Amino acid sequence: MPSLPDMTTPNLSELAGKALAESGHVTVPAPDAGQEQFSEWLQRMGDNALILGHRASEWCGHAPALEEDIALANQALDLIGQCQLWLGLAAEVEAKGGDADRLAYLRDAGAFRNLLLVELPNGDFGMTLMRQFLFDAFHHTLLLALKTSSDSRVADIAAKAEKEVAYHLERSADLVIRLGDGTAESHNRMQAALTKLWSYTGEMFADDAVDQAMADAGIAPLPSTLKAAWEKTVTAVLDEATLVPPASAWQHGITGSGGGKKGVHTEHLGYILAEMQFLQRAYPGARW
Amino acid sequence: MPSEWPLWEIFIRGQHGLNHRHVGSLHAPDAEMAIRHARDVYTRRNEGVSIWVVKANDITASAPSEKGPLFDPSNSKVYRHPTFYDIPDEVGHM
Repeated sequence: MPSLPDMTTPNLSELAGKALAESGHVTVPAPDAGQEQFSEWLQRMGDNALILGHRASEWCGHAPALEEDIALANQALDLIGQCQLWLGLAAEVEAKGGDADRLAYLRDAGAFRNLLLVELPNGDFGMTLMRQFLFDAFHHTLLLALKTSSDSRVADIAAKAEKEVAYHLERSADLVIRLGDGTAESHNRMQAALTKLWSYTGEMFADDAVDQAMADAGIAPLPSTLKAAWEKTVTAVLDEATLVPPASAWQHGITGSGGGKKGVHTEHLGYILAEMQFLQRAYPGARW
Repeated sequence: MPSEWPLWEIFIRGQHGLNHRHVGSLHAPDAEMAIRHARDVYTRRNEGVSIWVVKANDITASAPSEKGPLFDPSNSKVYRHPTFYDIPDEVGHM
């Protein structure tokens, strides 16, 4: 069994080192983008990758076929690797002396900024794949846009992550089509997953003050501007998969006080954190 | 539809100029998925630049029991190896 560092992508540590080396003389984002808002936005990026990566890792040893098991674990590791870069930069921008580990292991649920979609339980394999596809289509569009970010550190991370996520999207889209347009059983499961998850897709495209500040500084696109491209991808794949999204669904996390970007999560996030953070909470500073 | 995915043999080319090498096998419903699976199972550590997949059923292999008749006769024919020629030094390594 390879050691964990071997399993991450080859140039990850190089990239992390580069990001660190550049930290002394960085392209500082435009002054009107507050560093606090920048850090907040980076935590959204990092937390989406962290929580979805953790969800994907839960299939390790349980997926329906060995090959799918490895593919999902690879994807989980891709996402955890991206999370290290985003949260590492968030900690650096925050400049409170923390690092990515502190953000990942020592924040409580209310401080997490991931979308509700990624923290939902895995459900069956169809549900996991459908969630992955709906997020991948958004994630890929977002990373493509971030490659031209005004902040070179953001652009560097996006350039690396975009290649990985392009494959995630190719894989999840292919499987959604195969299972949607497969047997009656697989079709029904994929349709049920789509119907359930659809009401969590709106949050991806809801703009708030942080998003506006990032857009004004040229760091990131407004989420609402990504919707057309996402819809195009999703509609094409769902059509081919013979799946139909609900005509209209109440969207979680937009109206009212809830929503992952605001730190108001479903009850499921606490259970993820309990498992993920246990060791650092029980044995602070433990290393191995 | 059979409930078991067929077995595929995977060949990977490590770098341009080298031959594809057999690296192992895996299960997949069709060739396209076999390539995806091979990417995830066998190229995680940057091992390859190209993947071939072949259905294991489509490989015709020589039978181990026929090893004798197939290979033994060449044992005693050392003259088939080009070792009886003097090679001029300037030719170098062959």
